[in-house]
Amino acid sequence: MSAAVMHATPAAPEGGAAATHEQRALGFWLYLMGDAVIFALLFATYVIMVDNTAGGPGGKALFNLRNAGLETLLLLVSSTTFGFASLTARTGNRTAVLFWLLVTFVLGAGFVFLELREFAGMIGAGAGPDRSGFLSAFFTLVGTHGLHVSVGLAWILIMSGQVMMKGLSVPVTSRLFRLGLFWHFLDIAWVGIFSIVYLPGLL
Amino acid sequence: MFGRLTIEALPLYSAVAAGGAAVTVGGALLVAIVITWLGAWRYLWTEWLTSVDHKRIGIMYIVLALVMLLRGFVDAIMMRAQQAMALNSGGYLPPEHFDQIFSSHGTIMIFFMAMPFMTGLINIIMPLQIGTRDVAFPFLNSLSLWLTASGAGLVMVSLVIGKFSTAGWTGYPPYSGAEYNPGVGVDYWIWAILISGVGSTLSGINFIVTILKRRAPGMTLMRMTPFVWTALCSSVLMAFAFPALTVACALLALDRLFGMHFFTNAHGGNMMNYPNLFWIWGHPEVYILILPAFGIFSEVVATFARKRLFGYKSLVYATAAIAILSFTVWLHHFFTMGSSPNVNAFFGITTMIIAVPTGVKVFNWLLTMYRGRIDFHPSMLWTVGFMVTFVIGGMTGVLLAIPSADFLMHNTTFLVAHFHNMIIPGVLFGYVAGYMYWFPKAFGFTLDRKWGAASFWCWMIGFYLAFMPLYVLGFMGMPRRMEHYNDPSWQPYLMVAAAGAGLILVGIACMAIQLVVSVRDRRRTADVSGDPWDGRTLEWATASPPPAYNFAVLPEVRDREPLLDMKERGTAWQRPPAYQDIHLPKNSMVGVVMGGLAFVLGFAIIWHIWWLAAACGLAMWVAMIARSSDDDAEFKVSAAEVKQIEDARYRALASQTASRT
Amino acid sequence: MAVAAALSAGACDLRHSAVLDPKGPIALAERDLLRDAIYVMLVVIVPIIVLTLVFAWRYRASNTSAAYTPKWSESVRLDAFVWLVPALIVVAVAVLVWRSTHKLDPYRQIDSSVPPLEVQVVAQDWKWLFIYPGQGVAVVNQLAFPSGRPVSLRITSDTVMNSFYVPQLAGQIYAMAGMQTRLQLLADQPGKFVGRNSMYSGGGFSDQHFEVVAMTPAEFDAWAAKAGQAPARLDAAAYSALAAKSRLNPVTYYSAVEPGLFDSIIAKYTHAHHAPAAGTPAGAAPRR
Repeated sequence: MSAAVMHATPAAPEGGAAATHEQRALGFWLYLMGDAVIFALLFATYVIMVDNTAGGPGGKALFNLRNAGLETLLLLVSSTTFGFASLTARTGNRTAVLFWLLVTFVLGAGFVFLELREFAGMIGAGAGPDRSGFLSAFFTLVGTHGLHVSVGLAWILIMSGQVMMKGLSVPVTSRLFRLGLFWHFLDIAWVGIFSIVYLPGLL
Repeated sequence: MFGRLTIEALPLYSAVAAGGAAVTVGGALLVAIVITWLGAWRYLWTEWLTSVDHKRIGIMYIVLALVMLLRGFVDAIMMRAQQAMALNSGGYLPPEHFDQIFSSHGTIMIFFMAMPFMTGLINIIMPLQIGTRDVAFPFLNSLSLWLTASGAGLVMVSLVIGKFSTAGWTGYPPYSGAEYNPGVGVDYWIWAILISGVGSTLSGINFIVTILKRRAPGMTLMRMTPFVWTALCSSVLMAFAFPALTVACALLALDRLFGMHFFTNAHGGNMMNYPNLFWIWGHPEVYILILPAFGIFSEVVATFARKRLFGYKSLVYATAAIAILSFTVWLHHFFTMGSSPNVNAFFGITTMIIAVPTGVKVFNWLLTMYRGRIDFHPSMLWTVGFMVTFVIGGMTGVLLAIPSADFLMHNTTFLVAHFHNMIIPGVLFGYVAGYMYWFPKAFGFTLDRKWGAASFWCWMIGFYLAFMPLYVLGFMGMPRRMEHYNDPSWQPYLMVAAAGAGLILVGIACMAIQLVVSVRDRRRTADVSGDPWDGRTLEWATASPPPAYNFAVLPEVRDREPLLDMKERGTAWQRPPAYQDIHLPKNSMVGVVMGGLAFVLGFAIIWHIWWLAAACGLAMWVAMIARSSDDDAEFKVSAAEVKQIEDARYRALASQTASRT
Repeated sequence: MAVAAALSAGACDLRHSAVLDPKGPIALAERDLLRDAIYVMLVVIVPIIVLTLVFAWRYRASNTSAAYTPKWSESVRLDAFVWLVPALIVVAVAVLVWRSTHKLDPYRQIDSSVPPLEVQVVAQDWKWLFIYPGQGVAVVNQLAFPSGRPVSLRITSDTVMNSFYVPQLAGQIYAMAGMQTRLQLLADQPGKFVGRNSMYSGGGFSDQHFEVVAMTPAEFDAWAAKAGQAPARLDAAAYSALAAKSRLNPVTYYSAVEPGLFDSIIAKYTHAHHAPAAGTPAGAAPRR
């Protein structure tokens, strides 16, 4: 191998921190696309089972537009506030990042609270996931999304801890980037749920 | 406290079951005793179980695969023996034991033999072939391995505690639902697959990022080896098909655990959704398995015909076409479920289409052999055996792809013969060819050729004996999965099939003997140069086995046969003027710990031991968070150490050349 | 010698096997499809197998008289050939697939001057119940019908997924609870055939075979009359008793059947809110 090639090889970890971030971002994207496949199949399952109410209640009887609208608002705004967190992370302003992460967390927690309340209400009225195929599909699709949001909330807490303890180092901002991808992805999935589950169910 | 786990879970109800349990427990104890006697626990832990080195992880995957090959093959022998005997009788197996065996045979061979074998080969060789130091996510690599092992562990434990599923490797509801199968069997199946499925998905993602982002300078996509191309396409399939399996099994689990109605008979269940979900994964899965085998054949043919691979571009396009098309054919697994002719015909036609790129590959291998100088190393024998046998399976596949013809053949032994006719000569012969081809790279000495050839002939003849009768039986109307039967004209064929299985057993024994003999003779057959076959691709430029960092200096690539190119220019094995520090990922115990926790979690869910499941789940979370917060995951190999290692290698190379002149 | 004898015995078995020696036009059409497809495929695979073996032999390393062109690895013409020829074959087979799939649609009534015999089929653990709405009788584990007359089957399951399979007369189709699938068959001549379940359904699966008997029209009328004299009647209670798990049920006749039994078995799983309109099968498996 020629001398020219020798000097081209970097001494630092192959390609350095930038290459690592790129690889992790790509890897995370691929995971999200796989997650998208899961959601797509849950959507498809829901759509083919939407009429399988087995003599029980359907969407019209169960869904509450106001609640769904409020959940949508909370989640969409939380995406914006996370965007602010991402922006301020670039300026290195630790306090601002923590503030916006906190706001995002509160909005996301509000979403999860409303959803759990909706689920509890339905279960209490005898319309739990074991009542019919339609309800199994509903609870699983919406519940899987809610579970993802909850994981996102936990992740926000962990990242807040990391920002506090390690500051806005390269690994930390790299992780914040991926958390952002995750959070926005969940937003998109929710738009799908609102459009495919709640709106048609109520109309 | 122990959920539904009671003393009745022990398999004391039959001699066969007790025997199986005894062998499993005995085998595990034996391994533990040998390791203790060798004083090797510490070594095993620090050098292997906590390793994040792709080469070591790959070897462990293959060890797992070979052990599970034995287990799955014992299932096969037991089935063949039962069917050979069970004319108008119950055979020698207790009732419903046969049903567990056919279920575990398929599950093990696909998930815990073929998948790990493939993942292991890709792990060891792919990074070497693209000229990099490790995969993109070494820790995730370790995690994938241990999740897979955890799933295999659950299947093995089902031999000792409880029973395995009787719902086949496909697990169709409503039979696999809680109403018809409330016991633990189906749950063992679900959780073994769900847990190892996560591992496979992560491996797919890992390999994609590695291949796309970590190739050596100058290695454009069209300079990658065929094996790396097939690994890439297979990994894309892994990343996007396994989520479908996760959904299928998870929904079934929800039905079973929480009384939901995805697939139940009543209450609005839709059982037809399950085959759709399952096979949206299932068909790409068989391509996940076969594409890397095709890649191996491409490399083996070029190396041992001593000729440049014919039609490289065609092969690449064919591989990509197969990968994409594999998502368009899934309904051919259930033409008989009552779809309209438009739907059935559509999927029949897409299935035909996918035969075209596969045929292209066969022609390309043929044309590589043409005007070559072929050395019949065992890997070449496996390749030729594959070429003549696989096409028969391809033909029967096209037959089954005609919906109206499928109405006659579906779920008969014709189908069983067809898919074994694809998987054995295709997948298994390919992986074994790869194993015999790349063994010296992994361990530093070659495998005995004589025993390798003997193993091949036993497998080849044994395969025909075992499966051609099944084609005939399919024409005679024999369904699959029959524990006994009443038609005497079937028995002679089943006896021939049993003899075939026996011959394959001899073939497996030959492989074991080959390993023992080769280890015994390893000093004589040592691979000093790292290039025992006069190879053309980058993995042969490294030492055998390679040092932890693979390449002291990352190579610069100018051709799609980089090593041959370097040999022709005279730059192969040139000593670099200086070395640099190299950073490598540290070992980590989190992978193996998470695997262990996953195993216990699966077990706890199966037996409804909820407190234990919650505890394991929480522990896994904590481990994951701790690991992902860890910013200090690398260590440094100093330039001086690298020089020491490399100098030793060049000395060995020189002495070998000297002793040859 | 022994191998030759074994192979010729095998060939004989093959020639008379259920699939290759069918007894009705549906199965015959399906077999002919198989045969044509096999011939087409042999055109492809025989040359491949022969060439592989020839090349392996001719270009073995020890044969130094053979040409050796280690760098020859591209040829546009050959590439075009290996892509186009299989593609053309696939197009031809695809046309075959399209046409035959529509013609042999199991839901499509067989063309005949004689109206079909309607039989309703219920898969149970582990036997088959056949209800004859026209004759008002029911039989366990025996499907009898007149030869030369199409039989139109409506199939459901009162248990897990099964697959109704009579290889010598027709293909198969799944039997699923809460749904109705359809199959048509026709026997040219009187004869006895075997029917099976081809989808594993539990412990009694291996015993889940049934008699299929094609009779002359006169014999069939006599059979139906005899069944109409059977002491047993298939009312709701008798049906419940029958549906319980059992194996190797002997052929049993019922001289009367609970009205709407078949539809009620389907409705049990679908929670139909209203009785199905006459002629429209309740819970027909949705076809797309």
